Amino acid sequence: MSRALSVFVVLCASAALAQERPIPPSALRSGIEFAGADVRAMQADDASNPGMLWVSRGEQLWAAAAGAADRNCASCHGDASVAMRGVAAHYPKFDAALGRVVDLPARIEACRRGSQRAPAQSTEADDVLALTAWVAYQARGVPIAVAVDGPARGAFERGRAFYGERHGQMNLACTQCHDQNWGKRLLVETISQGQPTAFPAYRLEWQGLGSLGRRIRACLFGVRAQMPPPDAPELTDVALYLAWRAQGLPLEAPGVRR
Amino acid sequence: MPDARISIPTPVKRDEPFEVRIQIRHPMETGYRTDDTGKAIARNVIRTFACRYNGQPVFSAQMSSGIAANPHLRFFLTATDSGELTFEWQDDAGTRGSDRAAVTVA
Repeated sequence: MSRALSVFVVLCASAALAQERPIPPSALRSGIEFAGADVRAMQADDASNPGMLWVSRGEQLWAAAAGAADRNCASCHGDASVAMRGVAAHYPKFDAALGRVVDLPARIEACRRGSQRAPAQSTEADDVLALTAWVAYQARGVPIAVAVDGPARGAFERGRAFYGERHGQMNLACTQCHDQNWGKRLLVETISQGQPTAFPAYRLEWQGLGSLGRRIRACLFGVRAQMPPPDAPELTDVALYLAWRAQGLPLEAPGVRR
Repeated sequence: MPDARISIPTPVKRDEPFEVRIQIRHPMETGYRTDDTGKAIARNVIRTFACRYNGQPVFSAQMSSGIAANPHLRFFLTATDSGELTFEWQDDAGTRGSDRAAVTVA
């Protein structure tokens, strides 16, 4: 009886969550749909997509022994195309060993430090980005599906609050552009829905590959807010909220964006 | 580790032009930028790029700071026999890169 009740409660909770999503599933649109024809063509062709350079680099790193443990990723995980198939679509995710919600670059960096006993790097370091791109590439086309209940609940609620709060001298909240005004013009740009499907993405402005955390920081810079440091937990919280908000959209990493 | 991606049609038709595409992962640092402390970042761009077919030069390029990061080069070649394309490049820092690809003529 109590089990039936808890199932009912969980169903109600998930139904409530589904209703609260600011953009209904039928209206979800990846950022690539707001991009120009040149950027769309660049992303669509792997021989043109510069993000694939990081995927290739990540593939090499996957098989390269590193750190004091002198092990490579394949020593534990085996073939990435099997072991990492679809995995990136479930990140950010609560990690029991680390006791917090981590995004994919942070999970890979934890593996590097822990299992490989490699020297610590920033999650924005080129090698971490390359491995993230390689793992995310294995989840191309897989719909985003993240857990926001249980131990991830706190991070999710903090992320949702951050998304709805006004930031910076512009006094703008994420929701004001990306929920209330997407599809409209902001100077030369079309405002996107702020979906995280492309990341790690090659941004032409960056002339390189960057993480979702870096993209969120760039948005905060845009509204003239104080930027959190690259590995700040609030960036992961927002990333979790964004992933939940985008549930059902397929990953397209490595994407190309302006 | 070669830091490039090469795209060639397979197989290629004898005596018919085919497109060679190569992307090289390189920051192409212009030398005009400064870092967070205001110090100039030294120029580091790929200066020379050469492509050889079975050892014979078939394409070369001299690049400068006007080329974006991660340059993507496309050019056309015509092959009469199967062989190997070798690509070599060198940047301002003196770092040499190379990669190779087999061409099969049908």
